[in-house]
Amino acid sequence: MEETNKMEEPNKQEEQTSTQKIGIYLWIWGLLFVLSFFSYMVDWYQFQGMLRWSLILFFMFLKAGLIMAFFMHLFWERYALVNVLLWPMTAIACFIFLMNAEFQYTLFSRFFYFVVGGA
Amino acid sequence: MSEQKIDGFELKPGFKGMASDTGSDQTMFKGVHWGKAMMWIFLLSDTFVFSCFLISYMKGRGSTIVDWPNTSEVFSLYVGGVPVPLLLIAIMTFVLITSSGTMALAVKYGYEKNRKMCGWLILATALGGLTFVGMQVFEWSKLIHEGVRPWGNPFGAAQFGSFFFMITGFHGFHVSIGVIFLFIYTYKVFAGHYESKKRGWFTKMKGDYVEIEILGLYWHFVDLVWVFIFAFFYLW
Repeated sequence: MEETNKMEEPNKQEEQTSTQKIGIYLWIWGLLFVLSFFSYMVDWYQFQGMLRWSLILFFMFLKAGLIMAFFMHLFWERYALVNVLLWPMTAIACFIFLMNAEFQYTLFSRFFYFVVGGA
Repeated sequence: MSEQKIDGFELKPGFKGMASDTGSDQTMFKGVHWGKAMMWIFLLSDTFVFSCFLISYMKGRGSTIVDWPNTSEVFSLYVGGVPVPLLLIAIMTFVLITSSGTMALAVKYGYEKNRKMCGWLILATALGGLTFVGMQVFEWSKLIHEGVRPWGNPFGAAQFGSFFFMITGFHGFHVSIGVIFLFIYTYKVFAGHYESKKRGWFTKMKGDYVEIEILGLYWHFVDLVWVFIFAFFYLW
């Protein structure tokens, strides 16, 4: 009984002392600023096409990763929690893939019936 | 951060640890406060909601035969007669990141039992969030004045308005709720509720600074969602 209590409320019994150094937060904070500035520059210099899209995605994933890993502490969490949170994201990737096929079909039908005027 | 040491248990690191945590016939998330686990599960479900919005936006934008409005023109602000593309959105992004940084530091000082510092940083986070919502109100009213409606707009494809109001509106709603809770927790920290071990939210368990981390998770998530909205809706 004593053990299970500790399992559920670990902070009750012992003093919570495991904090990170302040430097790591300031570093991540600064990096997020720099990356946001870079992604704004993508629009400022009006990059177009694949260059624009790949840069946007690159900065986006880098920022998202930094926030999740360090601000949301996932880097220091146990794998049991991290994996429960990250694996469901593959369902989103599947959904994106499906809807990507779907919008191309819709676009094709619209061109075919609205612009071309059907067969 | 979860406790890395729990009396009477040997916690293995990495995937081995995951296997033994999951198969232990006990609490799976070892050393993780139940409230924090619940917040994570909520954020996971919220991720799916926002993903559905962004995916439907992808589908809507991809399947229209009318040109999509040029966002860097639609969202530009005139500074001294010169249009600066996405100026307000860039400022909003920096404000939100700043508030995310102060929140991360608040969590750290909370765990170090530095009550004053923690309180001030949460207050700063709340004010940052409030600034963000204020700028969003300005942005909305500007676009509504220019004739953007959920069913049409003067700049291009009619779907633009409905996606804009739905996605930024739902995100702004999250920020607003977050700001309310940040103010409540500013009060709770300054009033010393975590030193006097007052009861926490919706529970008989005593309050603890872990609640600040749980609040922080929500706030960082709001920032995280903005990263995706900024990339896909404003920049793409």
